[in-house]
Amino acid sequence: MRLALRMLWRDWRAGELRVLLLALVVAVASVSSVNFFTSRIHLALTSQASDLLGGDLVLVSSDNIDTEKKSQATELGLQLAETAEFPSMVVVGDNSQLVALKAVSSGYPLRGHNRIAADTEVMGGPQPGTVWAAAPLLTALAIDVGDLINVGSAQLKVAAVLVSEPDSSGGMMMSVAPRLLMHSDDLPATQLIQPASRIRYSLLLAGEPKQIEKIRARWQEHLVAGESLRDVRDSRAEVRTALERGESFLGLAALVSVLLAATAVAMAARRFVSRHLDSCAVMRCLGAQQRFINRLYLQQMLVLGVAASLIGVALGYLAQWGLAMLLGPLVGVALPAPTAAPILYGLLAGLITLLGFALPPILQLKNVSTLRVLRRDLGAVNSNALLAYGVGGAAFLLLAIIQAQSLTLALAVVAGLGALLLLLALLAWGLLRLLHLLRNRGGSAWRLGLVNLSRRSNQTLIQMIGFSVGLMALLLLAVVRTDLLDAWQGRLPEDTPNRFLINIQSDQLPLVKNFFEAQGLASQQLYPMVRARLIEINGKPVMADEFEDERAKRLVSREFNISWAEQMQADNKIISGHWWQAGDAGKSQLSLEEGTAKELGLKLGDSLTYGVAGQQFTAEISSLRSVEWDSFRPNFFVITPPGLLEDYPVSYITALYLPESQHELLNRLVKQFPNITVIDVAAVLDQVRSIISRVTAAVEYVFIFTLLAGVMVMYAAIHATFDERAHEAAIMRTLGARRGQLLGTIVVEYAVLGLLSGLVAALSAGAVGMVVAQRFFELSYVPGPSLWLTGMLIGAIGVGVTGTLGLRFVINQPPLRTLQGG
Amino acid sequence: MNNNAMLLVHNLCKRVVSPEGELTLLHEINLEIGAGETVAIIGSSGAGKSTLLGLLAGLDTPTSGQVRLNGDELFALDEDGRARLRATKVGFIFQAFQLLPNITALENVMLPLELAGRGEAKHTAQQVLERVGLAARVQHYPKQLSGGEQQRVAIARAFATHPAVLFADEPTGNLDSKTGARIIDLLFQLNAEHGTTLVLVTHDSQLASRCQRTLELEEGRLRSDG
Repeated sequence: MRLALRMLWRDWRAGELRVLLLALVVAVASVSSVNFFTSRIHLALTSQASDLLGGDLVLVSSDNIDTEKKSQATELGLQLAETAEFPSMVVVGDNSQLVALKAVSSGYPLRGHNRIAADTEVMGGPQPGTVWAAAPLLTALAIDVGDLINVGSAQLKVAAVLVSEPDSSGGMMMSVAPRLLMHSDDLPATQLIQPASRIRYSLLLAGEPKQIEKIRARWQEHLVAGESLRDVRDSRAEVRTALERGESFLGLAALVSVLLAATAVAMAARRFVSRHLDSCAVMRCLGAQQRFINRLYLQQMLVLGVAASLIGVALGYLAQWGLAMLLGPLVGVALPAPTAAPILYGLLAGLITLLGFALPPILQLKNVSTLRVLRRDLGAVNSNALLAYGVGGAAFLLLAIIQAQSLTLALAVVAGLGALLLLLALLAWGLLRLLHLLRNRGGSAWRLGLVNLSRRSNQTLIQMIGFSVGLMALLLLAVVRTDLLDAWQGRLPEDTPNRFLINIQSDQLPLVKNFFEAQGLASQQLYPMVRARLIEINGKPVMADEFEDERAKRLVSREFNISWAEQMQADNKIISGHWWQAGDAGKSQLSLEEGTAKELGLKLGDSLTYGVAGQQFTAEISSLRSVEWDSFRPNFFVITPPGLLEDYPVSYITALYLPESQHELLNRLVKQFPNITVIDVAAVLDQVRSIISRVTAAVEYVFIFTLLAGVMVMYAAIHATFDERAHEAAIMRTLGARRGQLLGTIVVEYAVLGLLSGLVAALSAGAVGMVVAQRFFELSYVPGPSLWLTGMLIGAIGVGVTGTLGLRFVINQPPLRTLQGG
Repeated sequence: MNNNAMLLVHNLCKRVVSPEGELTLLHEINLEIGAGETVAIIGSSGAGKSTLLGLLAGLDTPTSGQVRLNGDELFALDEDGRARLRATKVGFIFQAFQLLPNITALENVMLPLELAGRGEAKHTAQQVLERVGLAARVQHYPKQLSGGEQQRVAIARAFATHPAVLFADEPTGNLDSKTGARIIDLLFQLNAEHGTTLVLVTHDSQLASRCQRTLELEEGRLRSDG
């Protein structure tokens, strides 16, 4: 072992191990950063599950929870608390603001704590007559603690700045509309709850686990439509699913970096072997047995692997703070310190990479011929390429399985990655062939640069793939994303509605119309809206579980907004069937949006039964419509002829375009009609955009490691050919090449390598962008010159500079080397 | 000293520091080589032949002393200045040929022409390759050529720029005697045609005798100049 360590130290001093170590460090750091971060999220979601729920069991309903259920819970000795959540407007002076209102009963929360300003944990919630407001709300309304605020028809006093409550639905919603916490005793006075209002009621329970389980079992069987039960097992289910998807994506992105870094490891290992042939031959000559040589190098590699993995884990730990900063706010909970598991996984990943990619060639050193001490041209070991690829592939699959924690997913990822890399390789290879035709144009720097690329075409290909994968991801996220969003927004006309008004009551209709007229706003169409739940299809009860598709499940388990109309909206189009005639009023027909029909497997002539406020109505599908959803006008999945729904609880919705300068008009409207809620579309879009940019920044962050791994591949390639290049440079110097001319050769080689990688990246990012635009945005997107230019420029400059830096010592080769080197 | 000499060497010394202490490779060398003259430097292994050749061509820097090549003071120039001088006035032939392996014979010969910024590089290179009898092999890569052919490419490369001085370091060292003899014939023929000054390092006294003058180095000292 001491000999192994001494030799390791010598090799390190000679710079033989630097690439091997660095590549391993990048691989381990990339997976560790992702794993550290996800472990923190998991910990946050599991260790604080009851706290995050606000109780041990929660019954969520779209209707007021009946008193019978409450008394059942009280009988079992459970503690109770209630909440009601809905969006609403609050007004202070001439300002109004959309808030995520939450009315809570005394005793809320049963588990966990509210946090108010200065990060103080407090028992209970606001007292009657007071509210706790999130800081952005105070800023928006320019008020402070102690000021009065109008919530519907009630006037309440701001008693504290709310930092967080245990069961907030996550940071995302909070940022669209700031939270306002009030006492439920004040709710009637606000008059905000109207017959057709969409409200989420929750009954929170806490107590003995046995009693909780008893009531859970009892209620589970009798859940009615619109009700669901949540306990610690599925607290934050939606956040968790989103995160789990995000996690596996980030984890797999990290694997791409590992694969590239592993390639660099394999290249460095091959160089290590060729540099150690002589010393191995001498050791064999002096009587070393094969087993001794194997053990010697195995020990060296283990020490190197553990050291590199530890450094990688440490760097990964530092890097995860970046991820936490980008994504933490979206999760909406304080993240605890990470667990130790990622350390182990990092060590494992490092060792598997090293053993899988470096050991096969290194263990062949024992086969070196002792004759090599007499004739140097003898005894280059025959490396068994098939064995090396096999072991490497198996090692990578093993890493993928550990990371994805599923064999099928890992196989799918490895296959998909293989296909992607193959495609990129083909593209890169084609470009290299084309380049070959250009070598006779231009001077010697140009020719020698290109020759260097095509001569080592295998290495060039691997480097190109490395850079293109990293660059493609970055281009896709940075350029294509903004291009797509711009194209989509650019398509919206100037007067696209930017404000939605919801919750307008029937008796307010004439008053609201008068208000608009008095303000000189063009007469606005007001659409009636009835909340209904699909309960039967062709007489058969609808069960959410019968549908495979997640969206279909959601569609049948929540309430639809159904509208009625005599004329079809201009931005709708009949796909099949007919819109009703004037005489069809009151007939049991409905027109269904085509996407919904497809997801629920419905066709013309099917009869649908809806439940509305405890009553039912049945109607037949008489037409299917396509809807331009991004027109930003109110649109409905289901529309009936007039005369069918008028007797049910109804509210009205409208959308209008209002220049920013006229914003205070709506403040006046809200002041007059406090129950009307105004949604600022631009603000919502801004929030969505900021969420998207945080998520993409996180993904970009992970792909930085991919680029770093690409750089490692490049350094390994440079390192492997350094001697050869140095000798060539010395010949060139002797023939009279100046430093500038030598530099030119290197710059040409690496700038062209980067240019081509950038081109491959831009081509693939453009193709992905086109598919996404077509499939998800229904836009025809043609990648603009900015994409090509950005890709090629970043590639040429980035790779050119890095490569030139890596080879800068070559141009300083003293020409005398040609005389001595022989 | 003759200011019209092609090479003028004055008190040239080269010392290196080795683990055993300072080692003097060359002791105060003084010599003069006229334009068009052919000179052989002979000596046993380790006598300092290659070191002297390297200094004469400006491939290395001396500890002290001066070398004037065709009127230019070599060590008053920086490395790039010496490279420029080599590109225009100096040709080389090496024992191990030193062709770039990844470009064709033609491209190897074009290389010094392009480095010196000469036009018509391709045309000139083709002509020189024809002259050395390799017209049919211009598109071959070095490894597809025999040792003798490779050395002919190297000779073509050396003469392509019409250098004022040609340095040859054991040009037949890697060749069998028959091929070596042909290469030497070719070298002296071309030298005569171009009137180039030739400085040739060898340990082969027969080859040395074809030069007008022989200088013998022994332990870093010039023994005779005759």
